[in-house]
Amino acid sequence: MQERVKGPQFDIVGTRPVRPDGADKVTGRAKYGADHRVAGQLVGKVLRSPYAHARIRSIDVSAAAKLPGVKAIITSADFQEQPSEFVPAGEMLVNYRDVLRNVMAREKVLFEGHPVAAVAATSESIARAALKLIKVDYEVLPHVIDVVEAMKPDAPVVDETIITAGVTPPPTKPSNVAKRVEFVLGDIEKGFKEADLVIEREFNTQPVHQGYIEPHACIATVSEDGTAELWTTTQGHWVARAHCARLLGWDITKLRVTSSEIGGGFGGKTVVYLEPVALALSAKTHRPVKMVMSREEVFKASGPTSGANVWVKMGVKKDGTITAGEAVLKYQAGCFQGSPVQPGCMCAFAPYDLANVKVVGFDVLSNRPKVAAYRAPGGPISEYAVESVVDEIAEKLGMCPIELRLKNAAKEGTKAAYGPKFGPIGMVECLEAAKSSPHWNGPLGKNQGRGIAAGFWFNIGGETTVNLQLNEDGTVTLMAGTPDIGGLRASLAMMAAEELKIPYEKVRPIIGDTATLGYNFVTGGSRSTFSSGLATVEAARSIIKQACGRAAKLWEIPEDAVTWEDGEIRPAGDNAGKFKAMKLADIAKVAGKTGGALVGVGAISAQGAAPSFGVHIADTEVDPDTGKLTVTRYTVIQDAGIAIHPSYVEGQFQGGAAQGIGWALNEEYIYDDKGRLQNAGFLDYRIPVASDLPMIETIIVEVPNPRHPYGVRGIGETAIVPPMAAVNASARRATGVRMFELPLSPPKVLKAMKGGKSA
Amino acid sequence: MRYESPDTLEAAAKMLAAESGDARVLAGGTDLLVQIRSEILSPALVVDIKKIAETRTVSEEKGGFRIGAAVAGAELKEHAKLKKAWPGLVEAANLIGSTQVQGRCSLGGNLCNGSPAADSVPALIAAGAVASIVGPNGRRELKVEDVMLAPRKLALTKGEIIASFFLPARPAHASDAYLRFIPRTEMDIAVVGCAVSLVLDASGTCTAARVGLGAVAARPLLVEDAGKALVGTKVDEAALEKAAAAARAACKPIDDKRGTIEFRTDVAGVLTKRTALIALERARKA
Repeated sequence: MQERVKGPQFDIVGTRPVRPDGADKVTGRAKYGADHRVAGQLVGKVLRSPYAHARIRSIDVSAAAKLPGVKAIITSADFQEQPSEFVPAGEMLVNYRDVLRNVMAREKVLFEGHPVAAVAATSESIARAALKLIKVDYEVLPHVIDVVEAMKPDAPVVDETIITAGVTPPPTKPSNVAKRVEFVLGDIEKGFKEADLVIEREFNTQPVHQGYIEPHACIATVSEDGTAELWTTTQGHWVARAHCARLLGWDITKLRVTSSEIGGGFGGKTVVYLEPVALALSAKTHRPVKMVMSREEVFKASGPTSGANVWVKMGVKKDGTITAGEAVLKYQAGCFQGSPVQPGCMCAFAPYDLANVKVVGFDVLSNRPKVAAYRAPGGPISEYAVESVVDEIAEKLGMCPIELRLKNAAKEGTKAAYGPKFGPIGMVECLEAAKSSPHWNGPLGKNQGRGIAAGFWFNIGGETTVNLQLNEDGTVTLMAGTPDIGGLRASLAMMAAEELKIPYEKVRPIIGDTATLGYNFVTGGSRSTFSSGLATVEAARSIIKQACGRAAKLWEIPEDAVTWEDGEIRPAGDNAGKFKAMKLADIAKVAGKTGGALVGVGAISAQGAAPSFGVHIADTEVDPDTGKLTVTRYTVIQDAGIAIHPSYVEGQFQGGAAQGIGWALNEEYIYDDKGRLQNAGFLDYRIPVASDLPMIETIIVEVPNPRHPYGVRGIGETAIVPPMAAVNASARRATGVRMFELPLSPPKVLKAMKGGKSA
Repeated sequence: MRYESPDTLEAAAKMLAAESGDARVLAGGTDLLVQIRSEILSPALVVDIKKIAETRTVSEEKGGFRIGAAVAGAELKEHAKLKKAWPGLVEAANLIGSTQVQGRCSLGGNLCNGSPAADSVPALIAAGAVASIVGPNGRRELKVEDVMLAPRKLALTKGEIIASFFLPARPAHASDAYLRFIPRTEMDIAVVGCAVSLVLDASGTCTAARVGLGAVAARPLLVEDAGKALVGTKVDEAALEKAAAAARAACKPIDDKRGTIEFRTDVAGVLTKRTALIALERARKA
């Protein structure tokens, strides 16, 4: 581990101080979603559908309501209908008709685990007993799980209101295809004509869960006067507030939401599940209601990302110039429209500078839980398929896969198929770093193979507020509103300390609640260090400006005769040396006398987010008798812009790779013939455990983002994009066969090896 | 739910027999408590047998060992003499769950949970272990391979408790081994489990062999033909191939979330060879 990634450009940025939230997390003092307790709290439990698809004829709660200890029962009748319209909620569109139905089923249950009623009772055992007393009369309907099956004309229709959008003329009949999208650049027919080699392949991937260790949990309390508080584990408490207020028909100001420490989210905690239910139960009883999902509920009823069927065709000249890229992506949305197929389309060929591209995507409903964002939503699926074809091209041309990618790599000025021209980006730098890495040039053992793959993710900015207070003793309190998932508080404190020229330890960063700070969009889109960092810098510069004003007042000289240099406020120009320079701490002491507290606010809609490219190298070893693949060495190379805290950048790289390796090797949803999930737990939904992985090596590439004062790019998501293709490419060399389906689980690999199925 | 923790097997058997509702024996609880919490089971009575001396003791008996049914996996691992005589059994018991689970999980619980994939059961079968069972009508003995009949179904009658297991005396040049196949490296359930116990003579010829298989049929199997294939040989490649074929022939697996019929059958043969080679290596040194 390098002390710094590069030479010391800055005093604090780029170093590795201890994280401010570390001690409490290590000792267990930190409060996660389920750790909050309030006097008099009730236990809330959800009754869930045992069927994948059924019409609800009636719900009878009378017997449950009579059970002593049951304080409230709610069903969909307790929520007002929402119109079907897409409204912007940050970067995403939300249809509250669907959000409402996801929280509590109305006409139909659409997946096994779909909530149909909820109970608040004085104990968990009473709540469970009450659920058993609720009688739901179901008319079981045919269901569909598989994405290709769901697109067939005779498939059971999940939502009868869906008419495929993006098709002219519009279809007359409802289907499971909610949307068709298309991105075109140049002329693919011309491109394929220029090609010496054309490869066409079909891939299948499984839906995978974010696998956060902390289950969804919240506690809600609604007062007799209609004001309410909600503590919840979330990636965005302002967004949770908006969703809850909308579903409950409340003014936003009545609801105050506090985010707990969060035990992983990866996109999956940008959605409300329990929160509106807990609030509705509390509104009926005026007692606090606590709800915690079991692991089984997390798997059955919270969002995975899509499984997909992806077809890719690429043309290439003998010299390795890619002449055309075409893809068709069919993404599972779950039971409501809104799969990440659009970003999937946009990412598919993004690492390359291509003249001719066509990508078509379909958003497809089936009787599964509605998908939720998962780390670079959509990108890993399409890029797995494209990168696997790129690897095959390299093999067929007898070209080094790095050289092939270098020949076609996107650079500053490349026009991406989805529209924009890239600014300074690090794709070439990552490939060069990979080429000279110890791993790429290291030895391989028996039954081992090495693969490489690239990845891309956009990253976003968005609405962000940070509040800085200069305390009386010169220390600083920093309040941000993007929940800290991956070391945000450390990174923001470092940027504040760098700006204010005070020690890192003098800044105390916290995450504020929705009543104490201006609006913040979710922690997502790899935006929190970028956006809250920008807001922090703005707030810090405001404090400096205010402090300079106070000094001018004290010295009785014009404000423009005061400068900020080397962490000191100094008289400048004609007044230079006439007054003793002051530090922020000196101003803090006299704040009361000079005009009151010094508070800096950065309230922005962050612009200028820059994409991050990454390249991963994977070595796998196959047990030829059992087909079991083991990742023996793994390196993540990624452009971070500038790494504020390199340890947390490396942690994100490693975490993304670990999740991607799980996606590649073992993770999948297994349904029975009735559409019931068979592996709703970590025992049989196999995320990697620590001993499954080698120490994941990291190389931080730094191509600064010119639109950020410290050069920050978002880095959290790109790291999950390349692993599936990198592992697939390495498996091809370890096993001798090329495979087109995830996960690469032992039965499949052994079968492929025995069949000698190869491209 | 009533909880009892009697001091004697007789008292425990009486309580279990007297209960009209579902009655369960609690040893380490690593399966039972999970099943209660997830509402798979809701017993009227739980009888904790950990206060009963016999269930919690490892003792030497007739040159062999008697292992209490509720002795934790971690305690077996710390028993140097047992580990030397039966390394395969001890390693099988210590593949169950996590480090934390190994502090509680027991051989008795692993068997009586009634899972065909239980790790320690093939090892007990290969070892020729005999369960000592106490019930309302006294004590009886049953070979471990005869205890489980089908998933969640045991050859125990109402009120009967497995108190301990007897492992016979080991001659010179004898040892055992256990391997399982899981897609991960730990924290998993066997897709196939295989235990082999071997005895060699001074010349290195195999004089006795027992092969136990898990997760390839409705219950853990003693594969007598696989053992026979090794007896009288030097456990060479030909003998191993024959044993592997016998193991594959004995498999009656299902397709499920953990593996396919084809895969389980294949891997049963692979593991039989690999496990036998480890047992052979150990037996040569023992």
